[in-house]
Amino acid sequence: MQRIRRFEERAEELYLGGELPGFIHLSIGQEACAAGACAALGTDDYITSTHRGHGHCVAKGAPLDRMMAELYAKVTGSCKGKGGSMHIADFSVGMLGANGVVGGGANLAVGATIAARLRGSDQIALCFFGDGASNRGPVHEAMNLAAVWNLPVIFFCENNQWASTTSVKSVMKIEDVADRAAGYGMPGVVVDGNDVLAVYTAVSAWVERVRNGGGPVLIEAKTYRMRGHFVGDPQVYRDAAEVQAQRANDPIQRLEWRLLAEGRLDEAGLARLKDEVEAELAAAVQFGRESPLPEPEAALEDLYATPLPGGVRP
Amino acid sequence: MTDMTFTEATIAAMQEEMRRDPLVFAIGEDMALQGGVFGQFKGLPEEFGVHRVLDTPISETAIVGAAVGAALCGARPVVDMHFADFITTAMDEVVSQAAKARYMFGGQCCVPMVLRMPDGAINSAAGHHSASVEAWLLHTPGVKLVVPSTPADAKGLLKSAIRDDDPVLYFEHKSLFKMRGEVPDGEHIVPLGVAAVRRSGTDVTILSYSQMVYRCLDAAAQLAEAGISAEVVDLRSLRPLDWDTIATSVRKTHRVVVAHEAVRTGGVGAELAAQIGEELFDELDGPVIRVAAHDVPMPFSPPLEKFVLPGAAQVVAAVRRLL
Repeated sequence: MQRIRRFEERAEELYLGGELPGFIHLSIGQEACAAGACAALGTDDYITSTHRGHGHCVAKGAPLDRMMAELYAKVTGSCKGKGGSMHIADFSVGMLGANGVVGGGANLAVGATIAARLRGSDQIALCFFGDGASNRGPVHEAMNLAAVWNLPVIFFCENNQWASTTSVKSVMKIEDVADRAAGYGMPGVVVDGNDVLAVYTAVSAWVERVRNGGGPVLIEAKTYRMRGHFVGDPQVYRDAAEVQAQRANDPIQRLEWRLLAEGRLDEAGLARLKDEVEAELAAAVQFGRESPLPEPEAALEDLYATPLPGGVRP
Repeated sequence: MTDMTFTEATIAAMQEEMRRDPLVFAIGEDMALQGGVFGQFKGLPEEFGVHRVLDTPISETAIVGAAVGAALCGARPVVDMHFADFITTAMDEVVSQAAKARYMFGGQCCVPMVLRMPDGAINSAAGHHSASVEAWLLHTPGVKLVVPSTPADAKGLLKSAIRDDDPVLYFEHKSLFKMRGEVPDGEHIVPLGVAAVRRSGTDVTILSYSQMVYRCLDAAAQLAEAGISAEVVDLRSLRPLDWDTIATSVRKTHRVVVAHEAVRTGGVGAELAAQIGEELFDELDGPVIRVAAHDVPMPFSPPLEKFVLPGAAQVVAAVRRLL
């Protein structure tokens, strides 16, 4: 969680300082979802991600330096500077991509498990999606297909209360996205998405069942998006007091208090942990900053696995 | 050589590829009991079982999206779109996910999938089941487009498409399914990007593909009776495009007609006319003329459908305009 938080805070600073191009969508406040869910998965399991995919990528084990280089649009980035923040991916750790299309990852997760089944593998897929995506058709089709075929998919809804500038309450008649699971004949559960141990426990409890042919599950994590839709969003659509009130529910702060209170970690240990994260992050920023930009002609590469005769027309 | 229908040729291609590679699978609606809406998957469910021939709900978005996900993770899906028109319900999955994944992720992955697209107008199927939509996809970098016209090509191109590591849209005209033809025995592969000269000629080049090739051959026969020698080139794939064959023919005849069943505006004909204009302008003795459907959805009533569709007469008229 600390790695995700600091990666994103640094990205925010660098973006506002004019070092990073494009758009940055942050998941600050939602780290317990990414960290708790991915900790319950195996290295070989797949995830699909959302508009705000940094946290999922970090939690699945992607190296920070290549991620930061991607945000810097450098050739050393995990996507060689062709994806950026919104399309960050690291297939080496089963992270099948953030998605610029809301809900675009749901069916990819279903397909990932079809491929796994054909190979005789017991890999599962966890599909991160948001409350906004839960209103899109592709997500519903994916849930139905996974349910009728008993596929090992965990649909993990990060209900962060805001779909871009729209409150979930104004576009959804029911209180819980999890209730929709009933319509597909799969279990739906709600978990405190700002409690990383609760998320980990909930996802872990379903992983084995899903892996062993029990069919998919919908887990809804109630969380809160602390930042705007994108870095620079003036957030005219919501009251600053609402955001302020959520600070007491910060998932990282909550875990720190709990670990200190239970004596599992002392102040020195916590400081050491934070120092380690800072050192890793400093190296990642340096790597991103010092890496070369791609040669312009690289824009014509990577489109086809079997290139066209004569290449892509410039 | 074995005489078989276009449909049987595609089934043979599927069987051979599914036997050869356990990661090839078929997915679509009406698979289990009917073997595809046109019988183009018949026998496959019995031989390969429900985990290799996936019979889906009517959920085109999920079908194509799941195929993309499976392809990203190493499988080789062959999707049946039922009718090419229905690609609209999965357009995002094709143009935003399948076509862009490899590029956006910097070459980390590939998307080896095939979408079988029954297209074209037959039997008054009207507005939602008659379209030829290849131009939409030609405008989408990242996908390849295959347009077979014979049973032999149906088999050879489908096998190439399945083995290709990129997303391939395989357009099969509905009126061709029952067409019979000789298919070479044994392993028969037609590479993507190699056109076929179906009739040699010296006065005009007629570029076409899919079912329209036959209307062009009819036209060429009529023109021959009037002493006009037309060369008919069957493109076989639109991306990759066999530019060498096109250029060679244009340099020989200096006149070009492009003919397709899809509507005229923004179509493949417009693209070919532009490319030929840019690259071979000095070779041309006249403008590149397009023969295409009128710019309307396909109407229901038989005389209306007949009026909208381009035929041999329109091709003959286009050639006469050039000569």
